[in-house]
Amino acid sequence: MALGSTLRDLFRDYRFVVAFIVLLFLVALAVISAFSPYDPTIWYYAPRDLKPSSQHILGTDSRGQDIFWQAAFAIRNSLIISIVAGLFSRLIAVAVGLVAGYQGGRTDRVLMFITDGFLVIPLFLILVMLAMLIRDKMNVFTTGLLLAVFGWAWDARVLRSQVLSLREREFTKTAILSGTPTLELVFKEYMPYITPLAFSTLINNMSWAIGMEMTLSIIGLTNMDIPTLGTNLKWALNYQAILMRRWNWILTPVVLSVLLFIALYWLSVSISEYLDPRTRVQRVGGE
Amino acid sequence: MKPSDVVLRTENLKAHYVLDVPGGQKVVRAVDGVELQIRRNEIYGIAGESGCGKSTLMKTLYAWVNRPLRLVEGSVFYSKDGQEFDVYALNKQELRRLRWTFMAYVPQGAMSIFNPVIKIKETYRDFLSSHLRGKTVEEMFEMAKEHIEQLGLPVSILEAYPHQLSGGMRQRVAIALAALLRPSVIFADEPTTALDVVVQRGVVQLLKDIQERLHNTIILVTHDMGIHANVTDRLCIMYAGRIIEEAATVEIFKNPLHPYTQFLINSLPQFGDTGERVSAPGQPPSLANLPSGCAFHPRCPQAMPICRERRPEDTKLGEHRVACWLHAERGEAEYAANS
Amino acid sequence: MFWRDYLIPRLLQYFLVIFLGITIVFFIPRLAPTNPVERTIAEVRSRGQYLDPAHIKDMVDALTEMYGLSGSWWEQYKDFWVRLSRGDFGVSFFQFPTPVIELIKRALPWTVGLLFTTTVLSWLFGNIVGGMAGYAHSRGWSKLLDFLAMFVRPIPYYVVALGLLILFGYVYRLFPIGGGATIGVRPSWTLAYIKDVLRHAFLPALSMVLLGGASWFQTSKLIVQNVKAEDFVQYAQLGGIRESRIMFRYIIRNAMLPQVTNLALSLGQILSGALITEIVFSYPGLGHLLYSAITTGDYNLIMGIISLSIVAITTLVLIVDLLYPLFDPRIRYK
Repeated sequence: MALGSTLRDLFRDYRFVVAFIVLLFLVALAVISAFSPYDPTIWYYAPRDLKPSSQHILGTDSRGQDIFWQAAFAIRNSLIISIVAGLFSRLIAVAVGLVAGYQGGRTDRVLMFITDGFLVIPLFLILVMLAMLIRDKMNVFTTGLLLAVFGWAWDARVLRSQVLSLREREFTKTAILSGTPTLELVFKEYMPYITPLAFSTLINNMSWAIGMEMTLSIIGLTNMDIPTLGTNLKWALNYQAILMRRWNWILTPVVLSVLLFIALYWLSVSISEYLDPRTRVQRVGGE
Repeated sequence: MKPSDVVLRTENLKAHYVLDVPGGQKVVRAVDGVELQIRRNEIYGIAGESGCGKSTLMKTLYAWVNRPLRLVEGSVFYSKDGQEFDVYALNKQELRRLRWTFMAYVPQGAMSIFNPVIKIKETYRDFLSSHLRGKTVEEMFEMAKEHIEQLGLPVSILEAYPHQLSGGMRQRVAIALAALLRPSVIFADEPTTALDVVVQRGVVQLLKDIQERLHNTIILVTHDMGIHANVTDRLCIMYAGRIIEEAATVEIFKNPLHPYTQFLINSLPQFGDTGERVSAPGQPPSLANLPSGCAFHPRCPQAMPICRERRPEDTKLGEHRVACWLHAERGEAEYAANS
Repeated sequence: MFWRDYLIPRLLQYFLVIFLGITIVFFIPRLAPTNPVERTIAEVRSRGQYLDPAHIKDMVDALTEMYGLSGSWWEQYKDFWVRLSRGDFGVSFFQFPTPVIELIKRALPWTVGLLFTTTVLSWLFGNIVGGMAGYAHSRGWSKLLDFLAMFVRPIPYYVVALGLLILFGYVYRLFPIGGGATIGVRPSWTLAYIKDVLRHAFLPALSMVLLGGASWFQTSKLIVQNVKAEDFVQYAQLGGIRESRIMFRYIIRNAMLPQVTNLALSLGQILSGALITEIVFSYPGLGHLLYSAITTGDYNLIMGIISLSIVAITTLVLIVDLLYPLFDPRIRYK
């Protein structure tokens, strides 16, 4: 598939264009956090509860921190968490999907039994227990890993059915009959089909991970010293920002996360529509 | 042919698929100027390779034209109770009432045409209750049972779900359903495709039985010339959206005039003939991009310069008509002699 | 056969999932780097209380007993199941000495009332509107709804919940900002009390119906659009079957099938949304109780709520799954 023509087709979709621009803006925000004038964990770096001014674009919060720079760090960390969670859970999903789909038989049944178990069990509750016990030791990377363990099951099923249909295709039989080693067949012949699918589920899974991190933060189950979209919101709620009508504080993480979620969703919808016009809506990975 | 014998007549019928593609529209000329007269009490066959527009013609005749298919030109006339009417002039409600009571359809691929979550008898009931008034559910089930028995199908299928029936049985149920309200015209689109030969015979026999019982018109589309030879009374050959030859079936098989028809017939195996079977060389043309002149000329071994330039009009030789430059002069001469 | 191919594997999975879920819940605190007893004592200390060493020893013993942490793991594990089967989860720490089961009993009606109603409502609402929109997918209103759903769908629960709370609780004070009923009013079956409860439930319910509905709307619209193109629908239209009959018996009947399965799958994930809703609206249900238990480190309460929820949710999913063959003869008669 020529990348150029694919991108040209995608850019015809207004949703893709909007999503792309919004994501570009958010990533830029994440990147400039590297040039922040201060360490985000320091309290009372600035006077508290300032209104937006030229000094502090979005004002400061009750912890004496600059809301703009906090938001930049939050976007950066939330994106890192979601990418770690997305990539590692794709690894599990692709491995399970490929092995189950290609091996078939008992291997398939056992793997799918486990996968279905993950789909049926109220994973969130177990996640809550785990997070509660290890929250103080969590950093951005381990949070991502923890979420990865919980977010692969649905996509493993999707990938498996793709492999099942590939296995029925003519080229698989030809390859097997001509003695192509299994690994070579899987990596050379199947990957071009699996990769786009894995990519489109990656985006869904990333937004699931960001949402999950925010949920856990609001319950107070993440490390509150690390600024993320979730902890930013949680601090604002903790200091009764709504009651105090400190809209610049509470709305910053809310608006940013809404932008992020809509952008990721539109991106995934337009990509999956491009891949398969019949499936216009996909469920969010691990939802 | 007396006009009162004609149940279905078309005038210069054109139906095209109009597809939106990047940078404009693509037009697929699936039905491109078809003239037909189909009589009462006959089985009329339509033959041709896949992709020649047979199924589209059937849909257009049945007034089943949904986007991207569009009726571009021409009309379809039916005559019912001595009255002739243009089927495309009817409104939605009138058309709905006409279906199944006057004309019925056996679609291609009966594997998935039944609602998978209701029993066959419920499908019967839906057809009956949508077209008959004042019948109780029991009466309708009773009618379904009688109907199935008359056609020699097992009554137990009424209590079955579609997935419990074999492909051949589903096809037979589809045909039986079409005959349910004794329609004057039944369209059957490739009813034997995808069935094995033994099952095919049962299906063909059922069609024949129904025609003998109802004395109605059955229009049968199939690419299988063997079935046409066995079943149909009259036969037309379709190529690239047009009818290139039409005559009584016996006449066509005895005396095929169009080179394409000759290929179709010669490709059939025959007893005692050990010679090589020859089929038409090359591929059927794309309906989106037809050759100039006669659409068959790139594949025709007898092509002449005129075939590349001008499309042949119909030549009528009594009840036999053909659209081919090889026969145009002969037809004109006969026409001149007769008049 | 139906029994062998569908029912038995499904029941097997049910018991296995409960068994594994509860086992995981049992082991997580025991495998964690800090055990609950140490954490509790650290928490008491961090509140600035001075504890003398003898007192600490007593406390450790008492807490170990209370959390069922005495004896070998195997004994604890057996004991855990025995107590579970009796519905005994020990006493709560943050509302000492109320038994955990008592707290759960008090919170359960609120959650069930809110969750059950909103789940059913949003499923019905999303499917009906989505079905109609899928049936008339080329109409303007259908496209408009589709466009709106593209905005609502990706927004997470708490943002919608917060937004509604700010808008209708603070800016326009139309609805109460929290609680299940007005504080101090005694529960009774009077019209006034029921109205009060409904008023309190309105915003949390609206937030869940809005989001759940948008998601069901999208899937349902897509499914109906696809079913409408199926051969058997085309055939029914070809046969001049009445439009209302095609709509209900052919399209909706078949489009509902995947939605029943999807309902079962979504039930398993329902609590994460409810938890946030209850926290944002201070709704006195299980989610809020769990939140309090987490913030006070009340292990018995947490384990009690989570174990019961696992059993309840897997049972619900099982019931929906077992109802499925009623709608789909292809599963019933192989």
